[in-house]
Amino acid sequence: MAQLEVVGVSKRFGNLRANDNISFSVRGGEVLAVLGENGAGKSTLMKIVSGFLRPDSGRVAVDGQTIPIGDPQAAIRAGIGMIHQHFMLIPRMTVMENLILGREPRTRLGSIDTRQAKQEVEDLSKRFGLHVDPNSPVESLSVGEQQRVEILKAFYRGAKILILDEPTALLTPQETDRLFGSIREFARQGLSVVFISHKLDEVMKISERVMVVRAGQLVDTVDTGQTDAFSLARMMVGRDVDLGASRTTSGLGNVVLTVDHLESQLSKGQPLLGPISFTLRHGEILGVAGVEGNGQQELAELLAGIRLPSSGTILLDDKRVDSLPIRRRLESDIAYVPADRQGEGLVLDLKIWENFILRDYYRPPFRKGLGIDVKVAKARTQAAVDAFDIRPNNIDLPSRALSGGNQQKLLLAREMSRNPRIMIVSQPTRGLDVGAIEYVHHQLMSLAQTGTAIVLISLELDELMKLSDRIMVLFRGQIQGIVARPEFRRDAIGLWMTGQKGQEVRQ
Amino acid sequence: MSFFLNPELWALTVTVSVPLIYASLGGMFSERGGVVNIAMEGMMLMSAFVSVAFAYASHNAWIGLLAGVASGAAMSLLFAWATLKLQADQVVVGMAINLLALGLTGYFLDAFYGYNGTPISTPSLPTWHLNVLSHLPVLGPALAQENVLTYLLIPTLLGAQYALFRTPWGLRLRSMGEKPEAGRSAGLSVLRYRLSGVLLSGILSGIAGAYLSIGVLNSFNVDMTAGRGYIALAAMIFGNWKPKGALMASLIFGFLSAASIQLQGSIIPSDIVLMVPYLLTVVAVAGIVGRTTPPAADGIPYQEESL
Repeated sequence: MAQLEVVGVSKRFGNLRANDNISFSVRGGEVLAVLGENGAGKSTLMKIVSGFLRPDSGRVAVDGQTIPIGDPQAAIRAGIGMIHQHFMLIPRMTVMENLILGREPRTRLGSIDTRQAKQEVEDLSKRFGLHVDPNSPVESLSVGEQQRVEILKAFYRGAKILILDEPTALLTPQETDRLFGSIREFARQGLSVVFISHKLDEVMKISERVMVVRAGQLVDTVDTGQTDAFSLARMMVGRDVDLGASRTTSGLGNVVLTVDHLESQLSKGQPLLGPISFTLRHGEILGVAGVEGNGQQELAELLAGIRLPSSGTILLDDKRVDSLPIRRRLESDIAYVPADRQGEGLVLDLKIWENFILRDYYRPPFRKGLGIDVKVAKARTQAAVDAFDIRPNNIDLPSRALSGGNQQKLLLAREMSRNPRIMIVSQPTRGLDVGAIEYVHHQLMSLAQTGTAIVLISLELDELMKLSDRIMVLFRGQIQGIVARPEFRRDAIGLWMTGQKGQEVRQ
Repeated sequence: MSFFLNPELWALTVTVSVPLIYASLGGMFSERGGVVNIAMEGMMLMSAFVSVAFAYASHNAWIGLLAGVASGAAMSLLFAWATLKLQADQVVVGMAINLLALGLTGYFLDAFYGYNGTPISTPSLPTWHLNVLSHLPVLGPALAQENVLTYLLIPTLLGAQYALFRTPWGLRLRSMGEKPEAGRSAGLSVLRYRLSGVLLSGILSGIAGAYLSIGVLNSFNVDMTAGRGYIALAAMIFGNWKPKGALMASLIFGFLSAASIQLQGSIIPSDIVLMVPYLLTVVAVAGIVGRTTPPAADGIPYQEESL
């Protein structure tokens, strides 16, 4: 008998059909992957299943019993456990407090029975092989450990059906492997697992069946053994996709950027960045890998001038730029695409053309007398918007009207139009769909072709391995290793990301 | 230092501190649940007036206290309705409630009692005499003869500590102040727990207000809280959102206020001494002496079913 059964679920937001008559089921002991691009409706569907959203129509049943919709408590009681991509954990509370929240064992006096709670937590840890110290504050745990707490929390509430929303997004390759081991163990113990992802290789590796969702519709459900990554990608995107095509390193120019013993005192309680040293050549793409929060953001800000180093030098050609303020830095042909495109990159309420001139409004060709030459600004923006195929192409709209992918295109268009010699790009494809990712990758590669040196910071190892000439791994603010194409190896890079040096030869 | 050995100073310290302690405990519950409650000033003021009115009308100070507490609770429900249900800005609504209380109490004072103010025959809450304590040096007189509400503080403090850190309710309330999404995903109602915190702050502010009007006195004056609600808020922050901290900070603020009164007419200007609590608050909030950390979701409205 199917453990979880979802029948004819539909949900609209205004004119958007987020879910259109979707049905599926998962058996006990089975791993079902839900594959789809960002915005395809996967998260909406899972929010409905876990009771966070009320569907317009359709029903959810567990073990043949229809459960009340739009009621998280009922979903929990029925045994549905949702592991959100952004953990629902309280950093300042302990593992145990997080686990028991909402279902606290009580003493006869009505207070929390701490002994009983600890016992239950330890039993669960042991049963599922998920080890964490119940007394540690959650904020002191690694991402992988926090995820284990999140899963334990679901089990503590009696979950028989585990829904994992993009669970590998923030994990290192090793942590991912470990998670996959756990998932297999859950399935072996008879639980149902729903694994939501847009990563084809992971879906191929972990699932028994794959359900593909596109634009709110169920495309198909197939046995994983009977399909391959290529056909899954076609189903997911609706057309042929270029999966492999990675760059080959050729004809790098002279050294354009030299970073020497760069060091930064970070805010309280966090590790220092550096001292780190590296060089960058014309036309080279240097990938920066690492688990989130290991100094990547600080490195980007140091290079862009948003943060000033406490010591060390940055040479652009032979000129020192490390103490130049941001504007002077930008004027020395450094471009920066920040990770937080909505917060730092664009002013969402300003029009598209206003955002386009945001870096250079004060100088020709955009300046005219004391004001801005609106005609020139609009003409340049329109040209860029057409060239980058930004939609909608009405440059008088606020940037808020653009989708995430188009916002990113606008940012790239702005920075690339400045003809930079060095481009710092942070998380350029986060949250974008496959088509937009392809486009961004293509743009970055052709930018490098024209001789621009690129520092590419990303949490997606696949992206780095596809685009970079060299990959530099940061761990706790230190360079853990640098490796050049064609010697990229996932396992080695993954080990560096967790701070282990491994046997690899360092360059 | 004869100044510090003066029993009057310590008696005054206790008198000034008691309402601050009640109100700061109230503020702590509200903020632990994620709601910044600057409306305690208005809740106290309302209760101070209502206590007098009911105590006088019923010739019973206890009925006055109950009515005062009820009025504080009612104000907190109004505050909760606007901030939790309608998700209005907590500080703006808080200010509005303070102004409302100031206007209403001023108006009713005039309308009911006219030019002469509240009647002198208004009963006040009893003072208990614990003669055992009177033999203590210096502090004895301050502790042996106190208003009943002062002694009621001890179970209140212990209860607050226990409720917040030992009970399921306390854990849930704190989760709503730290990360309401987490509480919601555990199947809890964010609104209900936040409401309970706000309601407690209304009740405790009500006690504080009643203490001012029918505890130490038996009368009500226009704006008689005179910013004590804000000072209580500051004490709660200075006390790092903990019952023990709120107690200590309120006592420090109370002592400094008492000292400024005692120093009137001496070389040190009393206004300077009176300034110290506020300076201390700035120092505490800025993290100069030991960092205080507010609940992570303090002051942020929670919207259900956000996409």
